[in-house]
Amino acid sequence: MDHSTTNPETTQTLSVLVENKPGVLMRVSALFARRGYNIASLAVGPTEHPEISRITVVVDVAEHPLEQITKQLNKLVNVLKIVQLEPRQSVQRELLLVKVRTDNTTRTSVLEIVQMFRAKVVDASPDAVTIEATGVDDKITAMLSMLEPFGIREIVKSGAVAISRGGRSITDRTLLS
Amino acid sequence: MTGQQMTGAQSLVESLEHAGAEVVFGLPGGAILPTYDPLMDAKKLRHILVRHEQGAGHAASGYAHATGKVGVCLATSGPGATNLITAIADAQMDSIPMVAITGQVGSTFIGTDAFQEADIVGMTMPVTKHNFLVRDAAEIPSVIKQAFHIASTGRPGAVLVDVTKDAQQAMTEFSWPEGLDLPGYRPAPSPHHKQIREAAQMLLEAKRPVFLLGGGVLRGRASQEVAELVDVSGAPFVTTLMARGALPDSHPSHLGMPGMHGTVSAVSALQRADLIVAIGARFDDRVTGRLDSFAPGAKIVHADVDPAEISKNIEADVPIVGEAREVAASLAAEVRARLAEAESDPRDYEAWWSTLRMLRDTYPLGWTATADGHSAPQHVISRIGEISGPESIFVAGVGQHQMWSSQFLRFENPFTWINSGGLGTMGYSVPAAMGAQVGQPGKTVWAIDGDGCFQMTNQELATCVINNIPIKVAVINNSSLGMVRQWQNLFYDKRYSNTDLNTGHGTVRVPDFVKLADAYGCAGLRCERDEDIDATIEAAMEIDDRPVVVDFTVSADAMVWPMVPAGVSNDEIQIAQGMSPEWERDI
Repeated sequence: MDHSTTNPETTQTLSVLVENKPGVLMRVSALFARRGYNIASLAVGPTEHPEISRITVVVDVAEHPLEQITKQLNKLVNVLKIVQLEPRQSVQRELLLVKVRTDNTTRTSVLEIVQMFRAKVVDASPDAVTIEATGVDDKITAMLSMLEPFGIREIVKSGAVAISRGGRSITDRTLLS
Repeated sequence: MTGQQMTGAQSLVESLEHAGAEVVFGLPGGAILPTYDPLMDAKKLRHILVRHEQGAGHAASGYAHATGKVGVCLATSGPGATNLITAIADAQMDSIPMVAITGQVGSTFIGTDAFQEADIVGMTMPVTKHNFLVRDAAEIPSVIKQAFHIASTGRPGAVLVDVTKDAQQAMTEFSWPEGLDLPGYRPAPSPHHKQIREAAQMLLEAKRPVFLLGGGVLRGRASQEVAELVDVSGAPFVTTLMARGALPDSHPSHLGMPGMHGTVSAVSALQRADLIVAIGARFDDRVTGRLDSFAPGAKIVHADVDPAEISKNIEADVPIVGEAREVAASLAAEVRARLAEAESDPRDYEAWWSTLRMLRDTYPLGWTATADGHSAPQHVISRIGEISGPESIFVAGVGQHQMWSSQFLRFENPFTWINSGGLGTMGYSVPAAMGAQVGQPGKTVWAIDGDGCFQMTNQELATCVINNIPIKVAVINNSSLGMVRQWQNLFYDKRYSNTDLNTGHGTVRVPDFVKLADAYGCAGLRCERDEDIDATIEAAMEIDDRPVVVDFTVSADAMVWPMVPAGVSNDEIQIAQGMSPEWERDI
């Protein structure tokens, strides 16, 4: 089983700043759908400005060039700004929750893996533990492949969020004027 | 009016008037009823009651085409709104400024599957430039102002405003906003001078340049500036289906329309060009044919107000983002300046022009006589154009008659050719002609329609008669869905599956278009012989107190030529069935 959501060769990460209005996420996702663009992951949340939301979208650019995707996104009236985040100049993280089958004979081995990846156990029961991990896609994929033999019962991923390195902010300019 | 207490409905009518709307085409129903009440007393805003909401949408589009103003249509929730969708999609595809207003069920009913509830904002998201759901009466003026601004600026398009019934009924203080709250909308960038200089340089150095003029020249009101550019450069130009009339057909540098049914000279000019300067054109598949063999030797200068069009289908060597008018004016000025500075004229287009003149002379548009004794549709359309003259407005439906109209009417003026290019909406003609006639009451407006198209929207003849909108309808009646039949003839072994309509000569004539016209209170004429064509058109021209419907019986076997079959290279253009130009001899 391949747990990787993204192929770094053909994906790009965009931070899309949008007006915090009803239906904006639908406009963005509908645009991707109707133009046939593939989304590897999408995460949305508030920013330090209540009127602005931030969508982090990892897009597959194998078939459609990134330039065309950003131009089409820019045409959406509620899109304020789009920034492409290069992997080297940004920090990208994804949150994973995974429920792994454990019993008295396997629990110690699973906990070793948890420590090895600096993950943590957030819930435990006689027959399973739930592990929380954050990181880049590579790390999460590696951990999942180590946990696989014990029996993965359920996985949920947040989708990647990303922020540029250094002190500059992409939201600090007067976006709403 | 500012500061006055009124209902949301009154505020909506007031806002439409503030936004400059003069006419609205619509049809009432439950969720928009509150707005229809103050509409009855509106002083500046005229409402025209249509017979189907699709007619309201196309009428708004025809009005916008003919006037350049924003076309407005109005419908109720649910089916009223969904009936508008085709017209909204049509306007959006052809970059026509339109604002569609729909009533929505009360906000507390939204999401409950209430009577006549439809998520029209969700449904029209993919076919509008933007849309709004208004649940608060106080927002109505600012949303209407934004809607008109978005519809009419940059690349124009369709905007939908859905207003809940309770927002229409609530009391509010009317205030027309000073500004626009659209922080994410930046419609009109100026062209970069670096790109203009580069384009000018390429134009002067090219040996085989062509201007590809698209609908953006008309939408951007750029005919004069583009004509100056063409004249100062001396290069030939072609006009796409959406740009017919942008520059006069009689212009000596004009090669005709490119594309699937374009002229041999226009198609060949693009194929053999070493430089294409596209202005307001989007390299649609009907223009390019197979992309990988389109204009193989050409560098591309692509100017468009919509940056997303540039390098979408064809990679541009010089991208220019800007309004057509500004781009053409700057490029003309740059070319003029370079020519003035040059010691000798750098242009060397003579060999190119002699090839193109030869192609234009050898392969003019034409048609062969029919074999079944019925009139040639091309002849009928050509005579309508000649007799009615180039000041008239011609509005086509979609299909063979549309292509023949684009080929055999002579367009000398901008905004005299109205058709559904992008979406290809059958039934466009009658309601769009109605809208065009409302916008240009002093002009002769011809709907050139097919017998298939006409049956989709002819209910608007009632609207025309009742509201004294004297359009003239020429039904080019080949008793079939002609373009589909043509493809069945060419590509499906002449198996005419479901294309016979039984409306023509020697059939049961269901319906009889002359009787139908009569039933609607229009004048109904029929023409079945070549020798009656001119007299019938002249008789139709004489009638100006009511709409006229002329049933022109024509041959079902006439085909649209030239033709580049779908999905093949433009080099495969055929001038008649199985006949290609003799390239080896010709070039």
